[in-house]
Amino acid sequence: MTTDTAPAAAPTRGGRGRTPHQLSRRRQALVALLFLAPALVFLGALVIYPIIYTFIRSFYSSRGDEFVGWNNYVTMFTNDATFTAIRNNIIWVVVAPITCTILGLIFAVLMDRIRWSTAFKLIIFMPMAISMLAAGVIFRGMFQEDPDIGVVNAVVVGVKDAFSHGAAFPGAQPRADAGLIEDRGTIAGVATVQPGATQDFPLVSIRTDSLGDSPTLAQAADAAASDEVVGTVWLDFVPGGGGVNGEIDANEFGLEGVRVDAVDNTGFVVATARTDAAGLYTLEQLPPGDYRIALPSSNFTEGATGVPWLSSTFITAVVILSYVWIWAGFAMVMIASGMSAMDRTLQEAARVDGASEWKVFRRITVPLLAPVLVVVFVTLIINVLKIFDLVYVIPPGNAKPAANVIAVEMWTVSFGGGNDQGLGSALAILLLILVLPFMLINVRRFRQERQ
Amino acid sequence: MSDLTIVKGKQTRAQKILGVFGKSFVNALLVFIALFWLIPSIGLFITSFRSVGDSSSSGWWTALTAPAQLTIANYTSLLQNDAITSSLLNTILIVVPTTILVILIGALAGYAFAWMEFPGRDWLLIAVIMLLAVPLQVALIPVARMFGLLGIFGSIPGVILFHVAFGLPFAIFLLRNFFTQIPKEVLEASRVDGASEWHIFTRVVLPLGGPAIASLAIFQFLWTWNDLLIGLIFTNAQSQPITVAIQSQLRQFGANIDVLSAGAFLSMIIPLIVFFAFQRYFVDALLQGSNK
Repeated sequence: MTTDTAPAAAPTRGGRGRTPHQLSRRRQALVALLFLAPALVFLGALVIYPIIYTFIRSFYSSRGDEFVGWNNYVTMFTNDATFTAIRNNIIWVVVAPITCTILGLIFAVLMDRIRWSTAFKLIIFMPMAISMLAAGVIFRGMFQEDPDIGVVNAVVVGVKDAFSHGAAFPGAQPRADAGLIEDRGTIAGVATVQPGATQDFPLVSIRTDSLGDSPTLAQAADAAASDEVVGTVWLDFVPGGGGVNGEIDANEFGLEGVRVDAVDNTGFVVATARTDAAGLYTLEQLPPGDYRIALPSSNFTEGATGVPWLSSTFITAVVILSYVWIWAGFAMVMIASGMSAMDRTLQEAARVDGASEWKVFRRITVPLLAPVLVVVFVTLIINVLKIFDLVYVIPPGNAKPAANVIAVEMWTVSFGGGNDQGLGSALAILLLILVLPFMLINVRRFRQERQ
Repeated sequence: MSDLTIVKGKQTRAQKILGVFGKSFVNALLVFIALFWLIPSIGLFITSFRSVGDSSSSGWWTALTAPAQLTIANYTSLLQNDAITSSLLNTILIVVPTTILVILIGALAGYAFAWMEFPGRDWLLIAVIMLLAVPLQVALIPVARMFGLLGIFGSIPGVILFHVAFGLPFAIFLLRNFFTQIPKEVLEASRVDGASEWHIFTRVVLPLGGPAIASLAIFQFLWTWNDLLIGLIFTNAQSQPITVAIQSQLRQFGANIDVLSAGAFLSMIIPLIVFFAFQRYFVDALLQGSNK
């Protein structure tokens, strides 16, 4: 582009002379156009034109050969996966920007009072320099369920252990020849089962005192529904002898509160249940497929268990936390610079008048910082709406549906095997519409500042 | 009068005591927060020096008391892993041209917006400000199609073009803001001397805009280096950047934590060096880019 502008700009040298005002407006506009040309070409071809194309494309079918009207937009709000994505995006927008801004404000105000503020600023701001991918790898490691590996659960378990007394049934073993195996504390069925099956767990080597004061007699499970696996976990031992090994005899007791997992062939826990007083469990809502039913080692080894942070229950909270880890530094730096440009005489005056620090902060500092806070907040909202990397990276396979957001769903349906670029286009347009109000806020702010 | 001074004196003494207490409390709190913020990076750093076996059976913090388990084996095997080394090279091949192009094109346009008169200037500038917030998702499908037709889908030039297009609004806005701060007299003097706009741009504006361009360079460099989504869509196995290469290792977390942790850290080293060396410019880019 340098060769484009150089020859064209050269003639103006002669045309200028000593009186630049005489340069014709048209010529000046032409020179400006040449300076702008490369940018206009890029933005026109790769941003503006695609926006129009995507908008039109969103009214066509998955393959793009049939006009379908608003169908893609209807699908977006009725399809479970996309609706979860939209709902999660709302959670993100409500929680993440405000958390980052408040933390940034607190950090900036506190930082003002310490000598090592430069070091503190660097530490909090540093995550901004690393990729969200690396941050994702970090957080996925930190929140591993096994307390021996994940640092968060190591702390959780450490605290829990201080208050409780370990596993429910330490040292349990499967009854031999009952189709069960034990591996590193986990007890599982040897064969895989399909939904609708029954998997019983006759266990031995359990101290009777761990059954509690009033144990309930074990019951055999009723037949399972087509998307369930059921069974009984019981102590396969009659005090004083008798009974048949591997069967529920009259005087045998159920084991209450044992965690039972359905594990698919890739090793993911698809469903989890706990046994009731009679030792009965029901694993529900299993998609068709082969599963191994396992009693995880946490039931039998000493010590408390970790929280399943990466399961669908907690996953969005964990991913938002990783976002806050990265972006609180941004908010802090912006707010700190706003504070350094602030006129401090008001605060000093209020302090001399005996106002408390809290009052000074709330009544003077925060109102003076309001413009900066708005900038930070709006920037973060725009950024959060299109969040992709962290949500793509952190959740393991089984928690991905629960963590879904619009940008990830857009990728999945358009490029990740969904094969529906009509729906993908509609999702992209939804993102654009959601960003629009904040775009306009930025434009308004810019015009106000110019006046 | 004298009563008042006594009261005042008492107050300052009480305030002093409170102040000392408050100060050590604030210090302790911030030390705690700083440690809290450092733990994730430290964890990854230590994990990258542990064997797969150690990583799958015990936490990285055990290395703090038993440092003998640390090894550089992950890094040596990583550097012999062709997929990783070539993806690192790809990242550099993507990041360097992108940054240069964004600076050049952005500076030309930024100068036009800052110091040239032309019809529709304000409206164009507002369009640029609106484009700042456009989510790039809105361009993925048509550009993928366009690149397919042009035969550059899956190639490094394609990725660069996309990065440049979406880096430009910020670049133009940032450089325009910096350039408008150049004293008017300097430019007027050159114009009166009969210098062409091209001459003023290359000899006056670019040299004076050094810090601004450095800010933009750092920002664009980090932004492009850390990208995952654009690389994920517009590259293939031969042209993928390191973020995409590492991402593809993520499926079985734990089984290949050696590649993951070392790879993730390797991908962080250069951005971190750039960040610590030039963080002042990076902060400037953020401030100028959103404050003005």
